[in-house]
Amino acid sequence: MSSLSERPLQPVVGVPMPHESAALHVTGTALYTDDLVLRTKDVLHAWPVQSPHAHARVTALRVKPAYDVPGVVRVLTADDVPGVNDAGVKHDEPLFPGEVMFNGHAVCWVLGDTLEAARLGALAVEVEYEPLPSLVTVREAIDAGSFQGIGRHLERGDVEGALASAAHVFSGEFEFAGQEHFYLETHAALAHVDESEQIFVQSSTQHPSETQEIVAHVLGLASHAVTVQCLRMGGGFGGKEMQPHGFAAIAALGATLTGRPVRLRLNRTQDMTMSGKRHGFHSKWTVGFDSTGRLMALDATLTADGGWSLDLSEPVLARAMCHIDNAYEIPHVRVDGQIAKTNKTSQTAFRGFGGPQGMLVIEDILGRCAPLLGYDALELRRLNFYQPGDATPYGQPVRHADRLESCWSQVIDGGDVAARLAALEAFNATHEHVKRGLAMTPVKFGISFNLTAFNQAGALVHVYKDGSVLINHGGTEMGQGLHTKMLQVAATTLGVPFARVRLAPTRTDKVPNTSATAASSGADLNGAAIKNACEQIRERLTQVAGGRLGISPSDVRFVDGVVRGLSGDGVPWEEIVAAAYMQRVQLWAAGFYRTEGLHWDANAMRGEPFKYFAYGVAASEVEVDGFTGSYTLRRVDIVHDVGDSLSPLIDIGQIEGGFVQGAGWLTLEDLRWDESTGDRRGRLATQAASTYKLPSFSEMPEVFNVRLLEKAHEDGAVYGSKAVGEPPLMLAFSVREALRHAAAAFGPPGTSVDLPSPATPEAVYWALEGARGGVSWSG
Amino acid sequence: MTTQALRAPAVTVNGELAALGDISVHTTVLDWLRERGLTGAKEGCAEGECGACSVLVARPGTDAPTEWTAVNACLLPIASLDGQELITSEGLGSPAALHPVQKEMAIRGGSQCGFCTPGFVCSMAAEYYRSGRSTGEGDHEHGPNGFDLHSLSGNLCRCTGYRPIRDAAYALEDPTENDALAVRRLSPPPAPATTGIVSGEAEFVRPASLDGVLDLLAERSDAQIVAGSTDLGVQVNIFGSRPPLTIAIDRLAELREFSFGPSEVRLGAALTLTEIERRLAGRVPLLAQLFPQFASRLIRNGATIGGNLGTGSPIGDTPPALLALDASLVLASRRGERVVPLAEYFTGYRQTVKAADELIKTIVIPLPLAPMTAFHKIAKRRFDDISSVAIGYAVDVRDGVVAEARIGLGGVAATPLRARATEAALIGKPWTEETVRTAAAVMAAEGTPMDDHRASSSYRSAMLGQSLLRFYFQGVEA
Repeated sequence: MSSLSERPLQPVVGVPMPHESAALHVTGTALYTDDLVLRTKDVLHAWPVQSPHAHARVTALRVKPAYDVPGVVRVLTADDVPGVNDAGVKHDEPLFPGEVMFNGHAVCWVLGDTLEAARLGALAVEVEYEPLPSLVTVREAIDAGSFQGIGRHLERGDVEGALASAAHVFSGEFEFAGQEHFYLETHAALAHVDESEQIFVQSSTQHPSETQEIVAHVLGLASHAVTVQCLRMGGGFGGKEMQPHGFAAIAALGATLTGRPVRLRLNRTQDMTMSGKRHGFHSKWTVGFDSTGRLMALDATLTADGGWSLDLSEPVLARAMCHIDNAYEIPHVRVDGQIAKTNKTSQTAFRGFGGPQGMLVIEDILGRCAPLLGYDALELRRLNFYQPGDATPYGQPVRHADRLESCWSQVIDGGDVAARLAALEAFNATHEHVKRGLAMTPVKFGISFNLTAFNQAGALVHVYKDGSVLINHGGTEMGQGLHTKMLQVAATTLGVPFARVRLAPTRTDKVPNTSATAASSGADLNGAAIKNACEQIRERLTQVAGGRLGISPSDVRFVDGVVRGLSGDGVPWEEIVAAAYMQRVQLWAAGFYRTEGLHWDANAMRGEPFKYFAYGVAASEVEVDGFTGSYTLRRVDIVHDVGDSLSPLIDIGQIEGGFVQGAGWLTLEDLRWDESTGDRRGRLATQAASTYKLPSFSEMPEVFNVRLLEKAHEDGAVYGSKAVGEPPLMLAFSVREALRHAAAAFGPPGTSVDLPSPATPEAVYWALEGARGGVSWSG
Repeated sequence: MTTQALRAPAVTVNGELAALGDISVHTTVLDWLRERGLTGAKEGCAEGECGACSVLVARPGTDAPTEWTAVNACLLPIASLDGQELITSEGLGSPAALHPVQKEMAIRGGSQCGFCTPGFVCSMAAEYYRSGRSTGEGDHEHGPNGFDLHSLSGNLCRCTGYRPIRDAAYALEDPTENDALAVRRLSPPPAPATTGIVSGEAEFVRPASLDGVLDLLAERSDAQIVAGSTDLGVQVNIFGSRPPLTIAIDRLAELREFSFGPSEVRLGAALTLTEIERRLAGRVPLLAQLFPQFASRLIRNGATIGGNLGTGSPIGDTPPALLALDASLVLASRRGERVVPLAEYFTGYRQTVKAADELIKTIVIPLPLAPMTAFHKIAKRRFDDISSVAIGYAVDVRDGVVAEARIGLGGVAATPLRARATEAALIGKPWTEETVRTAAAVMAAEGTPMDDHRASSSYRSAMLGQSLLRFYFQGVEA
């Protein structure tokens, strides 16, 4: 057991606890960025002027009419930018574009005394456009050769040879949709300039340091002139990793030019039409199996629909390519990846970050091919699992591959799967108009940022003279419970009760150069940094306590607020702290952590980019109505590997929530863009909660059993835990595969069903109609 | 003309009287609360879909004089709550003294990011205080404590997957006897105020009588009627509509008639769908099937049956059902009243025979009801979605032969319509699979369904035929 992963006596980690802000959440007293507006004086409100064209040159921009609207204070345009007119790090995202690249693209922003004044001012701005040809779908982009960024190639073994000798070879194409984040809190920023001309931006951002950098470069300032704070977010899911920067920069620019605080909060329509989403992908594949159902070779081309600019599309694509194997050993692999450039929002990070897209391809292949191979899909998946000693196509050993089998068999046993399958067969045999399906799918998800440099974190821990503890770290809270876990880590390392520790909001002047709270890495990285800081302080206090207790410092223990030796009563933590202060011992520390052992050659797509893999297995049972294709999720059983959980209630919440969000992506959430050649080409047709449907109570599984894999200690992470934010989302493949199973049951045995994604009731209806052989009302 | 207010408009918020102050007549309850520093209620969608803005208002109850009713604060104009009582998440409890609903939500992991939570808490509190809630066996949509999960169907959470929220709801006990909000139910809600507010060039008026409304409608062609504001609120928030004159009608006694039998059911146009659902209590089975599928509880608490017909939308959910029930509308104006069969009411896309000076007063459903009825709604999501296609059935089979058949369709044309050809293919025929399959082919060709983001035209057509088959088989197999 490593010193990083080992737990002391009576650890506070591992204790189920509600979210640290739960009492504030439920009483409506937890503050989010836009709640601060009412607590700030003389605020200006921002409203965008959005393009009605998918692609056009701005030939004239007349802002003067806006100034005739009462209450309009300022119109922000490209001419106002003192620094770099760009909202990203790739310099391909002009903040004020001269050429609009998607329907909804903001041309300029109007600031008003009231939101209504800003809105009316934006309506008054006159923009002339010269429409240009546009590409809306990924297929249009592929046909036109419209790509961006660097294409990637991942190869292992002899794909041609293996396909030539395979007993069964199948080919197919599969295009599947992206997903809107629909964090309940839309993008928001509130900026002001203080008396020393320091810019202070409160932003709903997963990446305060990068928000800070972008604000600084737009304003032409050094980073130390800009401070970004994030109290908490009303959901992020990756959508606030890169996308908040431009909005924060607009607010900061407005505050700089007017001297008044500027609030920019997108309403839902603006958020959906302006901000990036999960990438939809197109895939083309050929797969070979041997006569025993073992995967022999996979040759695939993945095209990510990147939208109008690169944003995070390159690392998203890399993660997709690194997860096309999911949990399966494929000896011979060739994957080509490319990023389509289309006239849509710039697609971005979303929980799983390309991993789900890569894995969906192989899960779809297995689901489609199992009946063609004469295999039960459950069996086909299991027999292809990675075994201990195997390595991924990019060369990383699959450590703890045996946990796939452990999770799988625990789901079968705990979920009573064998008996339920028998009952399901009986049900289907006696029901003509309704069928049930059951599927199990595994998850293997690599943890760490693919880009090695991002795998570092900092923390700042203060112990005050009275023994109270204040911690600060570089991670942001978006509901995932990171702050709760960090409080537990600090309390554990210092050996004090949970209530002795408080946490201050995330801000760039406390911990600099932070990585995004992303890639499920928040607790691993920041937890280790906090632990490091707390250990420094504890080490110093150990010396003080040793002297005070008259024992060897190596025998000093910190347990639940008492500092003691191996035996005896000890003294209160507060007493040792007070004594340390009098002895001029430093009671605060900066902590740092870098994940050891990572290496990645992005060009060769080789290396060991991940610290470890998170595993899980889900079984889902659905019931499908043959008249309509509508369905219900009857039961879900999950066993998931979170290592030794830091905070079980939080982790179970992440698993359940991720699963339902994944099920939403795969079944219900239906992003539709106007692909016609009409006036509204490129417009997002589903730009509201009324047309873009998230899972609601009706999608919650009727029975939902989630268990954490036991004896799952992870040596390489803080207190033996594993990351949990993203991996459970992909357990939802089981829902999609269960729908396929049920749809196939409408046809003869051995029916292979092609299922679109999302598998909406309409999609399922056409799939089961296909299985029925086109049986219609007349037949 | 406006009614002169005799007192400054005010709302009782969390027990304290608060003057509305200098407001725009289009200021929503949500924006008004937030400007007062009550930022617990959030804007998640501004169209009554997510429930992050849910608050409680004291409204006339069915099982008690007052019912704490959850509504979407983003849709209602604050002017419409003049004289009323309002409770927000901040008013239910504090971090140091959590309300029972807040406590269960907090300890069970019911909040993650917390943004939707205050809204969930208010919707859950409304169900906690519902006088008709009673302990029972429970099913997959009801807790052992009688908690109806549909009460949360208008609240979206993107983080939890809902299971812990359900567990919190099902763990709730009954309010204690001295719970102030429980006690408040025992006395009547505030009477509607006669409101007249002018801001800039816009006015908000709540006349004291139907005659007052009809006078205004006769005089002002630019008048906008509002009841629950579940449609108007969307027009204001999303589409920038700013009507110059808004007339509130939802509390007028003349529009709140309710009677059942002997020859007809009479439903006042300003009754909310929740009120009708609770007062009918299953006596019109077709409507009982419809209500849980009509938007969400939050919307049904505000939306009126008259409003659903008044918009003239082709995808409203009540018209297919009311067409099948052979309902008629009483239209009132200063010129008098007239009765129009619903089947003759719709004339085009959002067009009806209702003149600009007319108001829907009453919906009349003839009795007796057909013995076989059903409501089928085809949508992507089971709770709270807009229909791709909706079908209402009322069929009478005597001695194995179809004696009467009325089928109402929504979502397949510019207006709701009767499936006349299908009805003709059924009436007089034996009620057999063969008849139904033949009629289903006819039904699949009814209307002129279109392609949109909700469904393809071919799916809509297929669903018409499939619906009739489902109606038949579910009847036979039941």
